[in-house]
Amino acid sequence: MLYALKIAIRYLTASRAQTALLVFGVAIGVFIFIFMSALIGGLAEFIMARTAGDMSHITIQAEAVDPALVLPSDGRTVLLVQEASSQATAVLKDTPAFIPLIEALPGVIGTSQQINGSGFLTRGAQVTQVSINGLEPGRESVIANLASYITAGTASLGAGGVLLGKTLVEDMDLRLGQTVRLQSSGGVEALLTITGIYEMGSGGPDRRQAYVSLATARTLFKMPQGVTRVEIKLADLYAADALAPRIRALTGLDARSWTEQAAQLLEALRAQAQTGYILKAFALLTIIIGVASALLLSTYRRRPEIGIMRAMGAGRWFVTVVFVSQGALIGLMGGVFGAAAGYGVLLAFPARESFGPGQSGLPIDITQGAYGLAIILTTLGAIAASILPARAAARLDPVTAIGQ
Amino acid sequence: MTALLSVQDLVKTFGSGDAETRVLRGLNLAMQTGELAALLGPSGSGKSTLLTILGTLMHPTSGSHTMLGVDLTRASDQALTEFRNLHIGFVFQFHNLLPDFTALENVIFPTAVREGRETVRARARGQDLLVRMGLADRINFPTANLSGGQKQRVAVARALMNSPELVLADEPTGNLDRASALQVMDLIAEINREEGTTFLISTHDEKIAAVCRRQIVVGDGLLTG
Repeated sequence: MLYALKIAIRYLTASRAQTALLVFGVAIGVFIFIFMSALIGGLAEFIMARTAGDMSHITIQAEAVDPALVLPSDGRTVLLVQEASSQATAVLKDTPAFIPLIEALPGVIGTSQQINGSGFLTRGAQVTQVSINGLEPGRESVIANLASYITAGTASLGAGGVLLGKTLVEDMDLRLGQTVRLQSSGGVEALLTITGIYEMGSGGPDRRQAYVSLATARTLFKMPQGVTRVEIKLADLYAADALAPRIRALTGLDARSWTEQAAQLLEALRAQAQTGYILKAFALLTIIIGVASALLLSTYRRRPEIGIMRAMGAGRWFVTVVFVSQGALIGLMGGVFGAAAGYGVLLAFPARESFGPGQSGLPIDITQGAYGLAIILTTLGAIAASILPARAAARLDPVTAIGQ
Repeated sequence: MTALLSVQDLVKTFGSGDAETRVLRGLNLAMQTGELAALLGPSGSGKSTLLTILGTLMHPTSGSHTMLGVDLTRASDQALTEFRNLHIGFVFQFHNLLPDFTALENVIFPTAVREGRETVRARARGQDLLVRMGLADRINFPTANLSGGQKQRVAVARALMNSPELVLADEPTGNLDRASALQVMDLIAEINREEGTTFLISTHDEKIAAVCRRQIVVGDGLLTG
């Protein structure tokens, strides 16, 4: 084996230009493989950071109260049922009891108690319908990183303050520090000062969302205690499916994973990952075909030498090992050079930390380059590619080969 | 002298049907150890085919082939490869050295390929052989930098590397000038004399044949003399 390896190395070094070209070709293939891995992986990270990154990973929503019977039935016929109303807000009352339990669970990095509802924002003669989110002061950025979206003012929600989206502010010709009137769907009004303006970059939140403190929301929705929902942020958003049932069991409440609401997003990410696999498979296939054709040529060129070696007592196995070793060495060198080049080029791109909300940069994740995998797959691919030429070389009739 | 090899009723045909060519037609030959024999005959008489079969590079179509008491007639490829490596050396007309290797690397190839590495012992033996061939100053030369005569002497050294009982030489001087040809033949005769290695040399050159103690003449696929 050692001697076959020596001969393989000698053959490669004897044709330096050809070997260098071949290794370069393999390295290009590996570079593409690594670049695709980093791009597909980075794109997935980017999409997740820009979507699910700002979402609640597990949400506990108060279950809607069944419409009440206004008149009791006689056992057979319902006489009168109150119509379900959006104003009849369901409330989670025992949050002080279960929030510490949830926050103690491994993987939970934060919780946000909220009071949500709808209302109207009024400034002079202008009226716009908005969604009102009441957040705990000091925890404004636990779920959506509000602080990172602030373009003017502050994300801190104090009593009497409101955060509005940039589009809404522009539509209503508002400014930071102005006073607006916020009326809940229950008819309660509050005069609030614009203490912050944010820009998330998506139409809905920027145009129709108003953030107030939890205390303000209690007043607006006449909810002296409890909240309408609890949002939970996890360190690993993919752990939500496993953790949601635990929280349901722990609290007896309806805890739902974000994936239930984002099946299409997951589907798109899966499709994207599959596209990446196909592209990487093509890159690998190109490497295999390149190495196989180059070694077939080498085998043809060295036919007389193969015949001599066979005449001198080299077995078919020895000849096979010589050519497979060449394939392995080409694959290994191409893999290492391609991986190094890939890593070097990817260093020029922003780190994955910049994929987060409010940051910019191409979504290429250097940590997802799959460098080791690329080297291993390339080496294995090159070995596989060299088997056919090696077998052809080993089967050569020495008499015919020497005669050439 | 003891019996080294024997072929009986050796037949070799190439092609089939109308294109069938019978090159050897029931040839019989026996050789003893220590012989220095010339294989003579016109082109197409079957000399090269006989050498190829004796060198275990080809199976005969029929007949028997034994060497050192081993029946090689239908031996497997692996068995023939191992036998060839240990007991038979080759010298070709066009030296057929490995071009990307030095003279020493070429000489020790038969041993290195068997042992799986280039041992110190093999290198020492290879160097001794090259010195004996008058190539002491060419040991680590790439073979591409050697003259025709030097290359052929390297080929002879390679053929002797595993101390084989039989060396088959196919026109070993056919591509050399007169001086180099005689130099190579003198070396072959010296080794035959001193080590008792059997040589069977295919040649058209009567002066080369005259150096040999036995002349085997092949004509039309049979021994004629």
